[in-house]
Amino acid sequence: MSQAATKLQTASPILTVNNIEVVYDEVIQVLRGVSLDVPEGEVVTLLGPNGAGKSTTLKAISGLLKTENGEVTKGDITFLGERIDSKNAEDVVRSGLFQVMEGRRIIEDMTSLENLKLGAYTRKDSQINQDIEMVYHYFPRLKERTGLAGYLSGGEQQMLAIGRALMARPKMICLDEPSMGLSPLLVKEVFGIIKKINQDQGITMLLVEQNANYALRAANYGYIMESGKVVLDGTQEQLLNNEDVKEFYLGGGNEERKSFKGLKSYKRRKRWL
Amino acid sequence: MNFELLTQLIVNGLIVGLLYGVVGMCFVLVYKSTQIVNFAQGEFLLIGAWVCWALLIYLELPFIVGFLLTMAFMAVFGVMLQMIVLRPMIGEPIISVIMVTIGLSIFFQALMKWIFGVSAQSFPKVFETESIQILGLHIETAYLMSTVIALIIMVAFYLFFKHSKYGLAMRATAFDQQIAQSLGISVKQVFAMSWGIAATVSATAGVVIAMVSGVSNSLSIIGIKVFPAVILGGLDSIIGAIVGGLIIGVLENVAEFFDSQYLHVGNMYDIAPFYVLLIILWFKPYGLFGTKDIERI
Repeated sequence: MSQAATKLQTASPILTVNNIEVVYDEVIQVLRGVSLDVPEGEVVTLLGPNGAGKSTTLKAISGLLKTENGEVTKGDITFLGERIDSKNAEDVVRSGLFQVMEGRRIIEDMTSLENLKLGAYTRKDSQINQDIEMVYHYFPRLKERTGLAGYLSGGEQQMLAIGRALMARPKMICLDEPSMGLSPLLVKEVFGIIKKINQDQGITMLLVEQNANYALRAANYGYIMESGKVVLDGTQEQLLNNEDVKEFYLGGGNEERKSFKGLKSYKRRKRWL
Repeated sequence: MNFELLTQLIVNGLIVGLLYGVVGMCFVLVYKSTQIVNFAQGEFLLIGAWVCWALLIYLELPFIVGFLLTMAFMAVFGVMLQMIVLRPMIGEPIISVIMVTIGLSIFFQALMKWIFGVSAQSFPKVFETESIQILGLHIETAYLMSTVIALIIMVAFYLFFKHSKYGLAMRATAFDQQIAQSLGISVKQVFAMSWGIAATVSATAGVVIAMVSGVSNSLSIIGIKVFPAVILGGLDSIIGAIVGGLIIGVLENVAEFFDSQYLHVGNMYDIAPFYVLLIILWFKPYGLFGTKDIERI
């Protein structure tokens, strides 16, 4: 956490997750004390293998946990200086934090335009049409697709989901695995646009990913989770050069090839638990 | 064969069928957005008709004022009903919620009997002329009004769901409640809104039917008659509800015609729609326009 502390001095966090524990169905403990800070205007990534609790952390932040019978039993979450851990999902959106859920989750039986309009549901101003143009500026492909959103390709659906989030004019967007099911070329494109939106609009991004390679390239700071805990954190540079991260998440690492047996015991020894 | 009578009956069937369609749309609306099969749908018609009747008779309001006040009352009534009775049932097994709506149906029927008595009351005269002749067909003025109102409601439904923010929010909620919440839509608000709309629109149909045939407890039977219509159309299709309503409306009149002319079985008007219901459940249980994976009760 010392690295996080130095980070704190340079930029004030827009989102602070403080030592939260999450329990599903009142018995299954998924998170065991997760803490993270997201500085305003930056891209932060949350990495980790399947089942580490990344998505659960996001849902705890966005309040969607309550729709899945989950509960934050300990710790607190602060967004823009306000406690949001007990808020329900629609109030979190109103406070300026928007989550793009895993698997895109667009409304398939509506057109892309209707999906975009729904993104602006919480807004009351009259600039919605201008913002639709802004979304088309980032994702020109969406403008051509006037049919039902269900017929869009996976990449276009992901773009629509991100565009829909932009329509809410949020201060921060949490993206849950935007690279899921996309071709490497599309992943690159989507991450490029995420980075661009962050730079143009100053929207803070929290990026949950398994694709560490791309995520770390887009992010300024990263957290690595395993089995419901944050096990490592650091700046982009620190993580990219960390031997363990190279070994487990980026591939490669040590130059000389190890025997399979040696690799296995090495992994077991080097687990952060 | 008496063609004149048959055409007359078919036209009547289309007019009444349009009203079934409107009530069916409300039924589908509640089912789609809240997954509740509302057995108290017919009572919305009954309450609306009685309230409008009371406003016209006791307060002697002009019809249009009484009608608008009734609609406003029913909107509040529908929202309150959802908030007080049905909101605590969110998350309970579907069968329990359905039992609650059956209970509501019985309760409101009894309440209306208690307040307004058991005998049928005729509606105060709204139009000077009771009926007019169009192309040799004899059409009640109230039915003409009902056709106009029904068409207006249908267009309003279309515009509401296609273009308004709240209509889109209701469609999003019907598609996936979690997605709706992630967009900042309050699902509770959508539920209350759908009950409010259903109560208001159904009450409109109730008032129109009461204008022609008087106010009595038998009005709530429309709520049951709408079943064959929505199941024929598909329980989760708004278009299906309209088509189903028209088919059932014509069918019961045609059945009545053949019965009175040839068969002499009696009471085909009320029974025929339910034969159709049985046949549909046998051969096409998801209706003409319904999605295949919806739950059957």
